[in-house]
Amino acid sequence: MVVKDRGAGPKTSGEVLLRGVWRENPVLMQTLGLCSALAVTNAVENSLAMGLATTGVLLGSSLIVSTFRRWIPSQVRISTYILIIATFVTVADMVLESLVPTIHKALGPYIALMVTNCIVLGRQEAFASRNPVGRSVLDALGSGAGFTLALLMMGIPREVLGNGTFMGVNVMGPRFEPWVVMILPPGGFLMIGVWLVLVSWREQRKATARARAQQSSAAAAAINREPREVMA
Amino acid sequence: MSIAIKSSGSAPTVSSLRLLATLGGAGALAGFLIVSAYTATLPGIEANRAATLDLAIREVLPRVERYDTLYLQAGVLSTEAPQADPAHKPETLYAGFDANGALVGFAAAVHEPGFQEPIEILFGFDPRTKASLGLAILMSRETPGLGDKIQDERWRQQFGGRMLPLTGIKTGGAETDATIHMVTGATISSRAVIGAVNKGVERWMPHVTRYLQGGRS
Repeated sequence: MVVKDRGAGPKTSGEVLLRGVWRENPVLMQTLGLCSALAVTNAVENSLAMGLATTGVLLGSSLIVSTFRRWIPSQVRISTYILIIATFVTVADMVLESLVPTIHKALGPYIALMVTNCIVLGRQEAFASRNPVGRSVLDALGSGAGFTLALLMMGIPREVLGNGTFMGVNVMGPRFEPWVVMILPPGGFLMIGVWLVLVSWREQRKATARARAQQSSAAAAAINREPREVMA
Repeated sequence: MSIAIKSSGSAPTVSSLRLLATLGGAGALAGFLIVSAYTATLPGIEANRAATLDLAIREVLPRVERYDTLYLQAGVLSTEAPQADPAHKPETLYAGFDANGALVGFAAAVHEPGFQEPIEILFGFDPRTKASLGLAILMSRETPGLGDKIQDERWRQQFGGRMLPLTGIKTGGAETDATIHMVTGATISSRAVIGAVNKGVERWMPHVTRYLQGGRS
């Protein structure tokens, strides 16, 4: 199996925690977990609940996988990870139904589909199975926060424009005509498209600025070297 | 840049017993966690379900003070709960009574395929006047902004006092005492709800009539 590696691995605990939030955001940078990102983000409440539930599943799975990483033989690792992930998804399903039944009803089958979310399995395979418990928990928290952030970045504009509300409270006034398309499936594709374009554009600008800075520092170094060479 | 990780081709040989023990151990841990979560959350889940049903019954049967659960067993309605048998859950109906103990009507849960997934409703009806009394949506995942308007209170209020069976009409259609105005742009969802009520009436009316005539066990 091949996993994408975006540069050098993090060194400090802070880097492990923060890189999943933005630099390696599962949805916006790695385009993972798009199924639930498109399906449940028609309301802010649903986006938040799905983000927190996925964070809980990531946290529990990473904790167990990392703790038992030395005892899990490579041949059965994927089956074992899936079993562990499915367990935490089932627990999350029960907890949501018990505590927030209306949100549980609204999320419907997408809670169970967390088992197949590549963010969760990806973090176990790429990180928790090869790192100590503390770092794995931080990695899970960071990835979960990044996923929640991405869902909210989609859910807030979709609910505000599509329904005129934020968390069910009217924020656009009585004269606002809701853009119904935003809370329909095409609205999800539209929103993810807008965010991916904006994020790619920003990343490209940063890369160009970095390349320019490198070129100018190389040119400056060459100019500084020249007089010495002439003197020599 | 890509890195290859843990290829099973180059993995050291492991005994079958260890593989079995790993999967067995993971299964046992999974079982323990799931059963613990189930035990901890079951009271809350059951309380939520009961509260939702109680609220829906009071919504579809106006002026209801108390209600009895009726169980359909061998074609006969009875207030006696059958012995618990997980394989055969009996169909249930709710008979509502007002403060004076007079029968208000019956409430039944029915489901019909909607635009996306089945829509589950609870509707109230009075078999003596053959009128519908009210409608509550128990479960629906219809399109937000369109089909989910079947949950709007104003739309559901139409179901109070209409004669059964119901007929759905579009805007401008001929209105009678049995017609329901369908939601504009959500004809499939509206038809599913109206169809569910009619299906429920067809299913329960003979049993309820017999029950009221005294044919109870």
